[in-house]
Amino acid sequence: MSEHSSSAKLYWIIWGSLIVLTFVTAGVAYLDLGPFNTIVALTIATCKALLVILFFMHVKDASERLTKVVIISSIFWLLIMLGLSLADFSTRTIGS
Amino acid sequence: MATAAIAPEREDYLNKEYGIRSWLLTVDHKRIALLYLISITLFFFIGGFFALLIRLELLTPAGDLVQADTYNKLFTMHGQVMVFFFLIPSIPAVLGNFLVPIMIGAKDLAFPRINLLSWYLYIAGGALMLYAILSGGVDTGWTFYTPLSTSFSNTHVVTAGLGIFINGFSSILTGLNFVVTVHRMRAPGMTWSRLPLFIWAHYATSIVMLLGTPVIAVTLVLVVLERTLHLGIFDPRLGGDPLLFQHLFWFYSHPAVYIMILPSMGVVSEVMACFTRKRIFGYTFVAMSSIAIAVFGFLVWAHHMFVAGMSMYAALVFSILSYLVAVPSAIKVFNWTATMFKGSISFDTPMLYALGFVGLFTIGGLTGLFLAALGLDVHVTDTYFVVAHFHYVMVGGAVMGYMAGMHFWWPKISGRMYPDSWGRLAALIVFVGFNLTFFPQFVLGYMGMPRRYWDYSHSPEFQVLNVLSTAGATILAVGYLLPMVYFLWSMRYGKPAPANPWGASGLEWMTQSPPTTFNFDETPQVTWEAYDYENIPAPVPEEAFGD
Amino acid sequence: MTDSHAATQHGPELLHHFADEEQQRNSASLGMWLFLGTEIMFFGGMFLAYLVYRLNYFESFAASSRSIAVPLGAINTAVLLCSSLTVVLAVRAAQMGKRKLLIWMLILTLIFGLAFLAIKGVEWHEKYEEHHIPGNFMGRAFDVSDIQRDFPKLHVDPQHAQIFFSLYFALTGIHALHMIVGVGIFLWLIYKAWKGDFGPKYYTPVEIGGLYWHFVDVVWIYLFPLLYLIDRKPL
Repeated sequence: MSEHSSSAKLYWIIWGSLIVLTFVTAGVAYLDLGPFNTIVALTIATCKALLVILFFMHVKDASERLTKVVIISSIFWLLIMLGLSLADFSTRTIGS
Repeated sequence: MATAAIAPEREDYLNKEYGIRSWLLTVDHKRIALLYLISITLFFFIGGFFALLIRLELLTPAGDLVQADTYNKLFTMHGQVMVFFFLIPSIPAVLGNFLVPIMIGAKDLAFPRINLLSWYLYIAGGALMLYAILSGGVDTGWTFYTPLSTSFSNTHVVTAGLGIFINGFSSILTGLNFVVTVHRMRAPGMTWSRLPLFIWAHYATSIVMLLGTPVIAVTLVLVVLERTLHLGIFDPRLGGDPLLFQHLFWFYSHPAVYIMILPSMGVVSEVMACFTRKRIFGYTFVAMSSIAIAVFGFLVWAHHMFVAGMSMYAALVFSILSYLVAVPSAIKVFNWTATMFKGSISFDTPMLYALGFVGLFTIGGLTGLFLAALGLDVHVTDTYFVVAHFHYVMVGGAVMGYMAGMHFWWPKISGRMYPDSWGRLAALIVFVGFNLTFFPQFVLGYMGMPRRYWDYSHSPEFQVLNVLSTAGATILAVGYLLPMVYFLWSMRYGKPAPANPWGASGLEWMTQSPPTTFNFDETPQVTWEAYDYENIPAPVPEEAFGD
Repeated sequence: MTDSHAATQHGPELLHHFADEEQQRNSASLGMWLFLGTEIMFFGGMFLAYLVYRLNYFESFAASSRSIAVPLGAINTAVLLCSSLTVVLAVRAAQMGKRKLLIWMLILTLIFGLAFLAIKGVEWHEKYEEHHIPGNFMGRAFDVSDIQRDFPKLHVDPQHAQIFFSLYFALTGIHALHMIVGVGIFLWLIYKAWKGDFGPKYYTPVEIGGLYWHFVDVVWIYLFPLLYLIDRKPL
């Protein structure tokens, strides 16, 4: 929980970065980067998500360690579900 | 003796307020626990009724009691009701709700109103499930496999699915409540390493509830959407993959079995410590093994899909992981056994159930390893071997743990003692009936009897074992009915219970029986370790109870 | 029972099972974060379905993705980002005791949220007009021959395209449901703020309502590239 009020200026800067990144991701999609299109798109999305989580949700400067554990665990669990399922889906045709 | 003045009734959470509104609008975690107790018992009997019909049909090889479609509905409804509306809530919603705040020295859970909402969600989900049952049932198996459930079944899949979906939120909110409570509401001095193992077990269970249940929730939503809008996400005729459903379904439903067993293990730890009058051997290992089971339990789900068409390489991975998940459970069994070594053991009813748990869970767990072996699984999957395995862990394990807990904490919950001789008799009947019901099923499965078959006239040699199994089920039913009778009897005629009839450790035994609404007169200040049995006096002999 | 009322002064919001306001506040915060964790898994199930089919049916997914409008999607993304800003300014206003500013920020958030839903409605209507709603919705059979005509170089399998659109509607639909719930929450927050219930000593509902709102924004941050930007390379 925030114990102090952040300067509003920081929030406006973060908001500006988010808007810029939105236009960047939309624009870059029209360039041919081969397999990197997807990687770039997801990287930009993750940067935007991090900005919201760290600054707008106050995780960076006004949260306890437990909050970070909850966030990281949830994302980790999602990755387990995606990753281990892919272990099946991506190896089905091997050997056939 | 002159007519004795009737002492003013001591105030507790039961007599503080009367009337239906004081129960249906309560935020007292103890009253909510009792609301759950009544509702899950109702669903237990409904699920048991379906089991009875199944066992009656299987007395003879021919399918002569019900039709094939009806039989499909019987095993489906038995599974759905028992898993979602009895086993998953059972210990957490009844014993967990009642005891978690008291055991940590708090006045209530962190979110009492959300606790009440949890119960209403359970009731709403249960009402939908009952409606599905009464309007003709569901025949897809409790596993809802696609495309049967999405495209071909003519039964009330949507209603049942929505009922389970709503019930899932009951589960999620209970888990959320427990986690926040354990983090934020512990009394001064109640450090993590002083927590009763019951609390560790419920904390681990809550992690599973929180991370797993949402996945089955969204999966049921997708099934309902597919069924009503003819989408094709899971239908191979439309380009979908039925195994995607199975991955999503089992991602929750495997950890769900740990939701069912972890709380039981917590109960067994409490009961073992009390009736051996020793601290649990290897407290830290037992606590950490609960967390390990919760975590590893999420890594093994596809062992339910070995013969479904998944990649053999993935099957290898899941098989190895399934062996690993057995390790923390085994650690607990070793630690309980070591606790009993040189303990001062007394065979009161709760201890009988706890001992039964250890033996039966071990058998159930080991047969799980049989199934985790790929080669053996090909032979026994979808046979009665699997049915016997999961009933050994869920009934011989989870339900025995629930019975142990009910018999251990009944004096605290009701303020009354039940006759221990009846308790022990019922425990024995349950043990005999259970083994007679389910041990023959291991043999049947190994001999090749498929599960979910309504007719086995192609193999009449299966009949003898089936008859034994049905006979066992009847005995088991008697064993389950008896506690209903003597618990109810005790509420009126049982001896009033003292605060600590068993001489057990734990903050709940330092409150009166039954507790007051806010549990403690003063917030406890904890300065002792868990299972402090060297410093706890031996239990008061039962003859001394009462006025 | 010892009553702590006389001993400490506290606001009427302190619930009696808590020892003090800090414990209550920290409990509410942890509770909301845990709930958001469950939401990650809830959306996660659909992300798994999306992942599996995108990998296997890439061309049809790419073609179908090209049929939804990037400008509308980008504007909606910007709308939600603006709403997250107003949320965080609302929390700051509450912290500083500025009631009027708080109410205005909450109202702005609400307006942005409603704008998002309106634009989403426009997008969905467009899909309805183009026969891109899966199944036989309101008599319109699913038909992607127009997409195949628009992109002759890509092979559009109608079944695979239908799966894309099923996931499109499932993901954006469930996201929209969460937005509607968020709108409801903020309506309630506006009411409470107007009554004067929030100030520097107590603004927990604003903070945790804000967390929920930010989460819904983060989901959309991922949905935008995953649904709209699968493959926009010049053909």
